[in-house]
Amino acid sequence: MTNRAAAFPPNWPARLGLLALAGYAVFATAQLDITWTRLGHGMGEGARFLARMFPPNFARWELLLEGMLESLQIAVLASALGILLSLPLGLMAARNLSPWFVAAPTRGFIALCRSLHYVIVAIVFVKAIGFGVLAGVAALTIASMGFIAKLFAEAIEEISMKQVEAVRATGAPPASVLIYAVLPQVASRFVGFCLYQLDSNLRNSTLVGIVGAGGIGGTLFAAFKRFDYDFVCAILLAIIALIFAAEVISGRIRAAMR
Amino acid sequence: MNQGLSNQGLSIRGLVKEYVPGQPVLRGINLEIAAQGITAVIGPSGTGKSTLIRCINRLVEPTAGQVSLNGQEITALRGTALRLARRRIGMVFQEYNLVERLSVMENLLCGRLGYVPVWRAWLRRYPASDIARAFDLLEAVGLPDHAMRRADALSGGQRQRVGIARALMQAPELLLADEPTSSLDPKTAVEVLELLARLTGAAGVPVIINIHNVDLAKRFAQRIIGMAGGAVVFDGPPEALEASHLRQIYGGEDWL
Repeated sequence: MTNRAAAFPPNWPARLGLLALAGYAVFATAQLDITWTRLGHGMGEGARFLARMFPPNFARWELLLEGMLESLQIAVLASALGILLSLPLGLMAARNLSPWFVAAPTRGFIALCRSLHYVIVAIVFVKAIGFGVLAGVAALTIASMGFIAKLFAEAIEEISMKQVEAVRATGAPPASVLIYAVLPQVASRFVGFCLYQLDSNLRNSTLVGIVGAGGIGGTLFAAFKRFDYDFVCAILLAIIALIFAAEVISGRIRAAMR
Repeated sequence: MNQGLSNQGLSIRGLVKEYVPGQPVLRGINLEIAAQGITAVIGPSGTGKSTLIRCINRLVEPTAGQVSLNGQEITALRGTALRLARRRIGMVFQEYNLVERLSVMENLLCGRLGYVPVWRAWLRRYPASDIARAFDLLEAVGLPDHAMRRADALSGGQRQRVGIARALMQAPELLLADEPTSSLDPKTAVEVLELLARLTGAAGVPVIINIHNVDLAKRFAQRIIGMAGGAVVFDGPPEALEASHLRQIYGGEDWL
């Protein structure tokens, strides 16, 4: 009995790792001069800020509505364009259907689209093609491509090749093999990815305005700078309402797809 | 160009396949298969039976050798010509390989994809004759009311019936069956093989069938080819297959 191994041997690397993490957290707190006094002061400021936000001021509702609609348009356009461009990219990046000399560079391109945060891409586009919605649409299209082309490729790589082999064996041309053997296996997942991307583009489109790429973000930033905190509150409430509405609608679509 | 090859049926000459160079799975197979009847290929797992039939429709690329069907050398074809040759060869798979999320009707019409332009296939605008043929075949395989069901809603036996119907939709000149009954229970296996034999017999389509079950092979095939170690070690009618041959094919004798 005595020389049996323990059923649950202690995991020393994990224990030491957690201990080191806790130690570093304490050290970093001390380094950054985060003290209770500073925290208390911050809380007081926060309370004053909140007090100035209420009640929300919807007097400039036309400006608000215009910004929100612009954001919505940026999100929908960027999603549509991004999805359209991602379909061929995802296929080209799928290592089970594309030869490596196509898949590898396509994967590189997709990774490039993902590598920069969309706000940075938006700044680049604002500098390159000027202020306005076009820069926002372009930035979010790039971001969408980086994201869903990768998901598309992964979904395609997980399909059953047996079904593809069977359709190929009938003498079907490559495009028909795609339509009959690949698409049915990935279609419902693709729709899920697209809805998810539309969701996150709605959120993202409210931000690109801050760097001048169109949408409600510009209005929000201006309101912050002018200390119009009650208008800021109105804008934030409108954004939250939009995201909630999108959440409900995409949930309904997802449920219907099952 | 190949004067030596007969013009009817399937002719395999010196077929070699090496997945890893220097380690042949098929070691120079020579076979002449007539343009009718069922030929069963038996042999232990891993002896190259699946590779052999996949070399015929070039789902697997042979390393060396020739395959000719009704006078046309399939191993010489590339691209579109290969595709057009493939549609003359139907195939039935061990795990049915239906497109699970498509309807039974769509799966059957997959057998016409080699004949129908892509846009028609995409919009499901098939010629009326193809649709009528699909309904006829569904009736022939005993699934007349299942056209609109999704393939993943069918039982194993039903799926294999659809698989056979899909292969016959191609109006093939040869039907390849790779372990078509290995995923089925014994009773369903017999029913599926009876169906396969009846329909291909009626259409005059020769069949090459890989099969593990020696009794089923003897019962349904007119010719048996025994393979071991990537070579043909027995070739003859079922009556001629004796215990000594089975020992040679599968090795050992305790199991006999």
